[in-house]
Formats: sequence, C-alpha cells, structure tokens
Amino acid sequence: MLEAQDGATVSVPRLELRHITKRFGPVVANDDVALTVEPAQIHAVLGENGAGKSTLMKIIYGAVHPDAGEISWNGQPVEIDSPHQARALGIAMVFQHFSLFETLTVAENIWLGLSRKLTLQSVADRIVAKAQEYGLDLDPARTVHTLSVGERQRVEIVRALLGDPRLLILDEPTSVLTPQAVEKLFVTLRQLATTGCSILYISHKLDEIRSLCHQCTVLRAGKVVGVCDPTVETTASLSRLMIGADPPRLVRHAPRPGALALQVLRLTLPRTDRFGVALDDVSLEVHEGEVVGIAGVSGNGQQELLAALSGEDPRPEAKQAIRLLGTPIGRMGTGARRRMGLHFVPEERLGRGAVPGLSLAQNLLLTRREAVRGLGWIDGRRLLAQARAIIGRFRVATPGPRMAARSLSGGNLQKYIVGREIDAVPRVLIVAQPTWGVDVGATAQIRSELLALRDAGCAVLVVSEDLDELFEITDRLYVMARGKLSPGVPTSAASVEQIGEWMSGLWGAGPAAVSTGAPA
Amino acid sequence: MIRLEARAAPSRLMILLSPLIALAVTVVVAAILFTALGKDPVRGLSVFLFEPFHGMRAVTELGLKATPLILCSLGLALCYRSNIWNIGAEGQFLMGAIGGGGLAMWVTMHGVVVSQWGFFPFVIVAGALTGAAWAAVVALLKDWAHANEILVSLMLVYVANLFLSWLMFGPWKDPKGWNFPQTVSFAPETTIPRLIPGMRLHWGFGVALLAAALMWIFLFRTFRGLQLQVGGPAPAAARYAGFSARGALWTTLLTSGGLAGVAGAFEAVGPMGQLTPHVSTGYGFTAIIVAFVGRLNPLGCVVASFLLSMFVIGGELAQSRVRMPAALTGVFQGVLLISMLAFDTFIQYRLRVGGGARAAQAAPGEPAA
Repeated sequence: MLEAQDGATVSVPRLELRHITKRFGPVVANDDVALTVEPAQIHAVLGENGAGKSTLMKIIYGAVHPDAGEISWNGQPVEIDSPHQARALGIAMVFQHFSLFETLTVAENIWLGLSRKLTLQSVADRIVAKAQEYGLDLDPARTVHTLSVGERQRVEIVRALLGDPRLLILDEPTSVLTPQAVEKLFVTLRQLATTGCSILYISHKLDEIRSLCHQCTVLRAGKVVGVCDPTVETTASLSRLMIGADPPRLVRHAPRPGALALQVLRLTLPRTDRFGVALDDVSLEVHEGEVVGIAGVSGNGQQELLAALSGEDPRPEAKQAIRLLGTPIGRMGTGARRRMGLHFVPEERLGRGAVPGLSLAQNLLLTRREAVRGLGWIDGRRLLAQARAIIGRFRVATPGPRMAARSLSGGNLQKYIVGREIDAVPRVLIVAQPTWGVDVGATAQIRSELLALRDAGCAVLVVSEDLDELFEITDRLYVMARGKLSPGVPTSAASVEQIGEWMSGLWGAGPAAVSTGAPA
Repeated sequence: MIRLEARAAPSRLMILLSPLIALAVTVVVAAILFTALGKDPVRGLSVFLFEPFHGMRAVTELGLKATPLILCSLGLALCYRSNIWNIGAEGQFLMGAIGGGGLAMWVTMHGVVVSQWGFFPFVIVAGALTGAAWAAVVALLKDWAHANEILVSLMLVYVANLFLSWLMFGPWKDPKGWNFPQTVSFAPETTIPRLIPGMRLHWGFGVALLAAALMWIFLFRTFRGLQLQVGGPAPAAARYAGFSARGALWTTLLTSGGLAGVAGAFEAVGPMGQLTPHVSTGYGFTAIIVAFVGRLNPLGCVVASFLLSMFVIGGELAQSRVRMPAALTGVFQGVLLISMLAFDTFIQYRLRVGGGARAAQAAPGEPAA
C-alpha cells in the first residue's frame, strides 16, 4: 500500500496535469489545461456539457491520448497509454455512460475486469462485502439488462471501489440518486477520502460541489477559467464562472388544469421477466394544462409503466386500464397512440429515442411523418428544413441536421429529442428523465419548454429521479415504489422529506414495502 | 509501439479507400503466389486484371457473370442492413433456376409458341416466386419458432441442391439426353433476348441494373426503406417508433429470395438454355462477399459484382492460360474480403506509432497490493 508514502510526501500532488491539449478534428476539447489534485482531496471539475470535462477525465484514465502536455502521478512524469495502465497506477473511473455487458450478470461484468485467478463466487462475495461497506444495495446475480440506470451506476461504483483506487474519478454520479442516496454517497466519498484516496468529482450541480468538494477547477469551452475553494463561493458565483453569465430563470405561471387527458385506472400488469417489476393497481390522472410528476428510484416499475403508456408494451391486461381523452388505448401500438396526440420521450436517448448511426434529420422520421409523401417517398428538403427548425428553436449545438445522432453530446441530443416531440404539438407528452446528464443552460431550457407546453394546454407527465426537478416544474406528484403508485399530492403541499419517505413505499394507508433506494 | 486510437468520427476517406487497399493487397498476394508456384507473376496478373476487360466479348462476358451477382447481392444488402442474416441466397438462386427453367422446359415440351419478349416477364415472375417461396420458409420458421435464420437459410441451400439433383436425375431428365442429368434444351423462343447481337450478354443485365437503382431509391429515399434499417442497429428505437420487426423480417427475406430467384431463372434460361445440376457456380455465396465489398450499398454492389466476376473469369482463364488450379479464384476472393474487413478497422480507428516504450519505463507506480 502507498499510505506511508502518501503521508510522508504531502507536498507532492497525487496528480498534476500541465498544458494538456486535445483536438478532435476542428474541435478543441481541451486547450492548455492545468489541474492539480492533492492526496485525500475531493476535487471538483465543474463545467457545462461540452466544456471538455469528460475528455480530460478520459485522458487521465488513459482512454484518450492528449495531443500535447504532461501528466505527473505522485510527482513522477507518466504517459498513461491505456485504462489498464491507469488502473495499475491506482486510477479508477466511473463513467457517465456505463460500460456493462447487458447479457451478463453483475458479478460476471465485474469479474471481466479482474484477475482470472479469482472464481466467480469469490468475486460475488467481494461485491456483496464492498457494497455493504459503503451501504449500496446490489445483487450480484442479476442480469444487467434488467437493471435501471441508477442500479447500473451502483455496479460501476462498486467495480471501481473493488480495485482499492488511489484516485477515483466520478462522472456526474448523482444524476439518478434519491436525496437520501446522494447523502449516503457523499458519506461514502468522504469516508474514502479520509483513507487517502483522492477523488475527482465531475459535476455541474453547484450545491453538491459546495457541500462535498475541497477544491474546484472550472472549465469553459475547453479552457480552465478558474480554480477556487467551493466552500467559500456562492452558487451564483460558481454558476457565473461556469457559464460566463447568470443562470437563466424559470418563469412559472399558475396552472389552469382542463379536461382529463390521460387516465390510468387500476392497471395491474404481471412482470414479463424474472427481474422485471409487476405493476400493482396503478391509478393515475393527468389533466390538460398541468404537469404531473412521478418520483421514485429507478427500477420500481417506472420502465414497465412507461412502456405500457407509450404502447411499446400493449398487453391485453391494459386494454381498459389506459385511456387517452376518454378512449381506451391499452392495446394500441405506439404509432396509433402518437396519431391520437400522445408523444413520449424515453429515458435512453441513443438506441431508443434516436438511432445512433442515422442523421438528426432521419431521426425525425421515428416519430414524425410530415416529410413522408405518397408511396412513402421522403421529401429530403422538407425533412432537412424541419430538422433545422428544431435545431434552431431548441438551440441544439451541432454543425447541422446531417450529423449522426451519435456525434451529439447527451444533453444536446436530449434537447433535440425533446424538441422533436414538443414540436409535434402533442395533446399528452410523457417524458422520462428529461434532464439526466444535461447541463445547466439546457436543463433550464428544457424545463421552461415543458412549462410553456403546459401553458398551451398540453398534459405533461414527467417521470424523474431528480426531486429538485420535480419540485421545480410539476403541479402534482405521485411516487412509485415496488410497482405501486402513491396517491397524487399537489406539489405545493408536498415536502422533500415526505416524498423521500414515500419513495420507500410508505405512504398513508399504503403497504409497508421495503425500501430499495436507500437501504439502512 | 503501435496502437489503435478511436477516431472522433468515422473516416469518410477510409470508407472509400479500404476496398481499394484490399484490392492492392490481393494483387500483391497474387503476385507472391504466382512466383511461389514458379509462374511469371506479370503474366499471371494480366490474366486476372487485363484479359477480362480485353475486347467487347470479354467485357460482355464480365457483365453476364455480374448479372446474378448483382441481383443476389442487392437482396443480401437489404437483409444485412435490417439485421436479417440470410446466407442462403444460393438455395433461393437454385429454386429460382428450377422455377424459371421448369417453366421454359414445360413451354418447350408442350410446344406452346411464345415470343422471346412475350416470355421474358414470365421468366422473371417464375424465378421471383420460387426464390421468394424458398426464403419464406426461413421467415416462417423465424417468425413462428424463432429459428435462427442463419442456420435455416444455409441448410435450405443443401435441400435445394439435392432437390435440383433429384429433378435432373429423375423426372426432368431429357429422355433423349444419353442419360445425362439435364433437361431438354429449351426452345429458342424461351431464351432471354440478347442485349448486343452476337454476344451472350442478355437483357437480364438490364433488369439487374434497374433493380440496383430501385433498391437504392427504396433504401435511401423511402420511409419504408428507412424503417427496415432502424430495426437492425437499434431494435429499441424501432419498438419506440412503432416499426414492425415482423414486417421487416418478411419484407427483407421475400425481397432477397425473389431477387436471388430471378438471378437463378436468368442463369437457367439465359446463357445455359437448359437446366443442369451445375446451374450455379456458387453465385449465392459469392454474393455475400459482393454485398460486403459493396458496403451494403446497391451501387457499391454493382461495382463489387464486376470486381468479383473479374476474379471468376480470371480464374477460368488462369486454368487454361497459365495452368493454375481452379481454387485460385476462391483464394483471391477470400483474401480480398479478409483484407477489406481488416482495413475497415481504420474507418473507426487511426494508427498511432511511438510513445508507448517511454511510458512503460516511466510507470513504476504499480501498487504492491
């Protein structure tokens, strides 16, 4: 172990980057970047999406090679050629986009990155031990494709911790956690830091950085624009550093709910696979002109409910239970529901909301038919114009509508997908995790667009794990836990504590279900 | 140290260059092979690279060989873009040959008088129907029983082959054919009209080019074509959009089976003028290589079909001119495909040289525990 060495050489930084520059074609992702991380320090890297945070972290992790610059590890110059070498040095990383094989179990996924001498059972035991040590709930025998985004992140964190790292890089780790789980993660991270492990914490959530981190490096457009102590900064001053301007304000009018638009009446759906969640007597109402939120830790039936609502899972049991403007739609496909005015933005952007290899313009055709002429002929000019209009209206940062969907950053693609559905003028819009991994500017924009849609009379249903978001934009709230849905409550009458409790399945006369999100 | 580094965006240059580099590698391998076998490499290469283009007759023969390859590879490109792995175009080709050839035989034997142009559409329809029917078996088994289409389509090749042999040795054998396993020679009225007088190249070539143009339009200009191509790379997106996976399965298999069947019918009724057990020289399998060398693009398939027919004709010439074994064609086709797939790596990655050795020395910080 290196503790002794660390203790003796406090003046030597754990990691030091100097003059790091990285270009991708015409784009300069990192421009003469310097970064110093001390041992046992929790160091924030703050910046908007596309500011170059992820590229910088991939350089440290050896996944990307810089065009220029030097890296020192414990005072010695190194060139980190591969993630393998980075791990050998003691650098671990939890990516924002997970690298897990969907068909393998949790234990098998983690086993892949470990020594071949270990048996699967011993790896599973170590996972359980490590997860318990840090209060994370994880079943090593589950197959990854059955896990929610939040659960997959837990796998990645435990995988990183198993290597006993000296530097842990976390890329936007709290996006999908409950407030309680975020607090627990912070306890874990502080605990980890006291053992001498340095932590690089990438985020754009200013409150988190102020409460957790010791030092903060701010990136804007690939350049370092400031290094500060976040504990003495204000949220506003950090925000100004990050985006170079004051954060946009959300304008919110009083809701004027109209007719019942989307109704779910005692929907009960058995689970379709071993690790799925059965929906148990779910009832829900969304009126025109209101934003309704569903809170809850992912993996509690949200995926199943959304698939039933969108039409991706039209089962006979749902036939009478789902009504759109009074019409039973439970057996209709997604196309038929969309023609009736029900649009849906799924949680997964690449691969579900958009086809990675197709252009932005072509991706319009997944849900929009305006450019399709007789005999199925695609009016290319109309399609490009339509895509250009959405790119302009929703300020999507991209060279143009011919760019492949996979070339966009997560936040930009989300703006485009949300824009595609809002632009269709839906009667009912269902959005899953609208701002997951989206930067501050884009988040405010997406939220204000959703509110504008509500004010125009659309019924909006938002399924999110981000409680701040739900409190900011919804008029009424439900909570989902273990396949059941709580009664609705006006957001103005709800408190974070109450909703956090409900997330464990403990509402009013409701069942005393066991918590999944924040185990004791 | 040499290493691969991911590119930020796929290289457009390499998409075009990769097949050309692969061709260059194949030529170099061919030259080495000729030299190793004690042949003059310049003479050997000229048989492959120049003689197939030397003179009108040679070029039209190239087109004749390319015709079935174009038709088969178009259907396969459609399948592969939709993530349907039909590798049984050979079987669908043979069934098409039985359909088209059987019709021509029936017309010949019953003395039904037809004109060449009047009969031509019937050849197309007969080939398309039998080929599509054969592919429908694959679609049906996949749809009903989730049977793997790769295995089923491949196995059906052998069934089709044996069925053809049974017909040739049994009920369809020419009674006056000295017991050879072949049908009667078809009446001249049933053969496909020639494209150029005096040459064997027929109007089937025109049909193949038309099919390529239509396939290009279908894939890249129509909504249905786009729908098919979503299900392959992004099945969740297809479900989200409401595009039918079953629809894609049936459309692609029936289309590719039909196209391979038309190719088979053309081969039987066109240059051969009778049906034999050897109606195909592996066109359906070669077409798989064609589809990939042509980048699953209909126009690319046309170019690749000519390239691969060059190897087929070159191989035949090499046997007679420089006494090389017939297996040479297969070797060159394989080298071409393997090297193209290898160089395709550089579409997504770039090669980086150096830097590794220094880093290895400067990385002593391996934790002891």
